Amino acid sequence: MKVGVLVSRVRVEEKLLFKELDKRGVDYDRLDDRKLIFELGQNHLSQYDVIVERCINHSRALYALKILEDWGIPTVNRYQTAEVCGNKILTSAALSREGVPQPRVKVAFTPDSAIEAMEEMGYPVVLKPGVGSWGRLLSKINDREAAETVLEHKQLLGTYHHSIFYIQEYVEKPGRDIRAFVVGDETIAAIYRQSPHWITNTARGGSASVCEITPELNEICVKAAHAVGGGVVAIDVFEDPDRGLLINEVNYTMEYRNSIEPTGVDIPAKIVDYVLATAKG
Amino acid sequence: MAKSGTCPECEGDVELPADATEGEIVSCPDCGAELELTGLEPVEFELAPEEEEDWGE
Repeated sequence: MKVGVLVSRVRVEEKLLFKELDKRGVDYDRLDDRKLIFELGQNHLSQYDVIVERCINHSRALYALKILEDWGIPTVNRYQTAEVCGNKILTSAALSREGVPQPRVKVAFTPDSAIEAMEEMGYPVVLKPGVGSWGRLLSKINDREAAETVLEHKQLLGTYHHSIFYIQEYVEKPGRDIRAFVVGDETIAAIYRQSPHWITNTARGGSASVCEITPELNEICVKAAHAVGGGVVAIDVFEDPDRGLLINEVNYTMEYRNSIEPTGVDIPAKIVDYVLATAKG
Repeated sequence: MAKSGTCPECEGDVELPADATEGEIVSCPDCGAELELTGLEPVEFELAPEEEEDWGE
């Protein structure tokens, strides 16, 4: 058994995975995504029985996983999961297709149609970049004037994907949301992320406390995980007073450092179990 | 004694955590620069790459 771990910057999460692999005596290599060169048509990484993708860049993760998968190397996560989770529009489309409850979402391709979509949805709304993480460039838009301003700024951001508008209903949260971790077919841990700010990412200073995994939470999270392609994912869940649990986002290279202590769950051990079970032969 | 290296930004002394591993990021206590640990024997740092738009989890 030989495991490859594809990394660039080594975060706490990667260190914890290395530690767990060391503890079990698993033979593994670090593959630095800044040094790797893929020669298409030649599987030159066939010595690996499984490769764990932990890149910090979504684009690198995506193309590496595609090439590895075409070479027949099992990966965690799979290309499909990375592709869908890396893009909020594809994520919401997958959730919608599989009937997983989520806030209302509209997608528009021009500033004019985006305004129309927001007016129709009713303020406040949340405008998100289709690709992005850590709460970057999310805008809570409270009225038409703000909408016009933000849309004008978006057009000046330069890259085309800022002109694809993902508009999500603003869900009034009780000062918190839920982050649940799914590995395979099980929700292994969940935390509440408390924050006085409407963006609750722990990467942005939200604080974590344990959240009980009810059958309802487990079911919606596993369903969401399967909808996006499955594997090892972190799911952000809103608690709506009327509609119950709603899936906000699904992350595929999950950060979990702040969730081990409050939940008491050995998340890296669960990930390594899954990785070893995914390995070929 | 903890291992240490020199910050490429300010030449301050940067101590490594006991379980330091290549590729991890440490902050220089003097100037606050984010540094990537690129070598352990000897200890070497480079300025860490700036956050890019597609970074995340």
